[in-house]
Amino acid sequence: MHTRREIYKGIKDIPREEYLAAGTGLCGGCGGLLALRLFHKALGPNAIFVNAAGCLTLLAVFPFSPFRSSWLYTAMASAPAGAQGIRDALDVLIAKGRLARAEDLKIVVVTGDGAANGIGLQATLAAIQRGLDFYYFCYDNEAFANTGFQMSPASPYGSRTATTPPTATLPAGTTTHKQDLFELWRAQRPAFVATVSPAYPLDLLDKVGRADRLAGPKLFISLSSCPPGWGIEPADSVAVAKLAVDSGVWPLKEGRDAAVVHTVTPHHRRPVEEYLRTQARYQHLFEPTRQDDILRQLQADVDAYWAVVPRT
Amino acid sequence: MARDLLTGNVAAAWGARLAEVDYVPAYPITPQTEIIESVAQWIASGEMAARMVTLDSEHSMLTAAGAAAATGVRVFSASSSQGLLYAFEMLYTVAGWRVPLVLVNVARAVAAPITLEPDHNDVLAARDSGFLQIHAETCQEVLDSILMAYRLAEHPDVLLPVMVNLDGFYLSFTREPVEVPDLQVVREFLPPYQPEHARFSGSHAMAQGVAVLGGSAYAFFKYQMQRAAEAAGAVHGAIAAEFSQRFGRLYGAVEGYHLDDAEWVFVMSNSFSTAGKAEVTRLRERGERVGLLRLRLIRPFPHEEIARALDGRRGVAVIDQNISVGKGGILFAEVASALYGRSPTPLVSFIGGLGGRRFRSEEFDQMLAALHAAADTGGSSAPHLLFTASEYRQMRDMLRIAHGSGAAES
Repeated sequence: MHTRREIYKGIKDIPREEYLAAGTGLCGGCGGLLALRLFHKALGPNAIFVNAAGCLTLLAVFPFSPFRSSWLYTAMASAPAGAQGIRDALDVLIAKGRLARAEDLKIVVVTGDGAANGIGLQATLAAIQRGLDFYYFCYDNEAFANTGFQMSPASPYGSRTATTPPTATLPAGTTTHKQDLFELWRAQRPAFVATVSPAYPLDLLDKVGRADRLAGPKLFISLSSCPPGWGIEPADSVAVAKLAVDSGVWPLKEGRDAAVVHTVTPHHRRPVEEYLRTQARYQHLFEPTRQDDILRQLQADVDAYWAVVPRT
Repeated sequence: MARDLLTGNVAAAWGARLAEVDYVPAYPITPQTEIIESVAQWIASGEMAARMVTLDSEHSMLTAAGAAAATGVRVFSASSSQGLLYAFEMLYTVAGWRVPLVLVNVARAVAAPITLEPDHNDVLAARDSGFLQIHAETCQEVLDSILMAYRLAEHPDVLLPVMVNLDGFYLSFTREPVEVPDLQVVREFLPPYQPEHARFSGSHAMAQGVAVLGGSAYAFFKYQMQRAAEAAGAVHGAIAAEFSQRFGRLYGAVEGYHLDDAEWVFVMSNSFSTAGKAEVTRLRERGERVGLLRLRLIRPFPHEEIARALDGRRGVAVIDQNISVGKGGILFAEVASALYGRSPTPLVSFIGGLGGRRFRSEEFDQMLAALHAAADTGGSSAPHLLFTASEYRQMRDMLRIAHGSGAAES
């Protein structure tokens, strides 16, 4: 296992400050919430989270907010435009001397994969095109999880969702392939684009630390284990998220300008099947009959991805 | 004071400039585009100290507008028709955020069929959103209403966004003499925006737009908006009085034209009221005791003022430049509600001016005749759809061509 870190080198480097309190209404073992909590630690307190409709919208339910920082829920499609309005307003207030520079905020869009890959993509690409100085945090649980785990463009081939049930005629469940959001973003050369995992906290924090030195769009996708949707125990959430990385299904990487660097390289990748077996959403690939063709395809896809990644 | 010949659009841009807005999120659409072009020119030349950004859609534009206003700056934006409808989700959202931004709508009929000229189905579709609405008749009124709109929106008893409506083409591209007020006088009337309730900063963490569950909190916040809109009626009256003192032009919630002794009243709004007033003058010369009531403040809806203006008349024609398909005129229903239980005045509903269709003089004659008839038989809710025989002949020709059966014979 090769890892690449500059700032957060050991577990003791993780800031002890908590900016996102426990006791929210989210599901136990939510990988997205864990990743966001870590993300916030690296970001520091002066932040505003601009939210698109999704699971994490239920973090702030009147009269409570778990954030020590600020929050604005917008709508499903346009959180990046909300980020634009706040960034511009803060810039105007500072430029006109109506707000001290020390009062400035880091702006973070918080969105699920459903909004990020579909209804919110237009506003996102436009914000990148404008070079907006903001963070974009996508908790990717690979479905519209908040509404009961329906298929999204991020749902992987061969997974079960509420709208792609495996049947005799469609034994794979989801027959389409996961949209490559990382490359969609990277095509516009944002300042920073990265994948992260709640199971690799130092990697996550280190990326936030590196991104923090850059102005412009800074985009993070966290593969976010989802106990009710994936059919796993909350206690196993981090282990399953770790297996996604260690099997090579979820590569941890970052891109700046044209270059992509893999920040965690599993040299001895675990079999994809091992990752799939942990989750009820893939159970139909094993029972009642084993679907070898689909399993071979899923492993072959991962192998093909890593075959062209330079060895480090 | 000197007057300039300005289009309605440029008058609207002057309103934003004199209000010294901080931020203008934009998206082009005909017939509104001249507004943002003017603002862009002034920002580029340093005559306006605002930031402007072009978003990817009107939906994003309204989101950015609301978020910036929630951060504490004075925000201006403009849209029209399809664009307003594209932004629709965010109209309700930013109104619920209680942010005092001003949005100009340049009225244009809504597809399908797709077209360019005005009616009021776009702006009136937004009537339930929580935006207050001021409907302007002249280019001067456009400019003045924007200044008044900021005072109204930012008033602590109101804190709701305001939409200022002007008709596309008929006003947006028509030059009229406009007095551009002196900036110093405007500053006395409209001081800088000092947000107390909505702002974000490092030392002032705040959660805005949060979810509510269970119904009671939702109902409470919606009732708060209704109460604020109700309060806005009186606030508008006070602002109008002050505006009149400073600038010499008085804008009420409604405007009467030859109402004093009028037995028969036409109710209209926006730029077509000017044509309506000319018809009233013409009919007066013929000895008819007619008048016109122009609705200006449509949200909050001025029930009292309308009831006072219409009570005791022998007949009232409500002329809607909109159509609620399956119901009829939107303003007819609202005017009727203002009179409900207070006045037996018979009302008759007319639909006209859709998609920029002009009114004909003979239609005013016929509407008056219909009022005479209603005085005996009572009013009716079913809308009269204005259309002339010559229009119908033209349409028949076009239908024949569209069907490929050749041009009209003669």
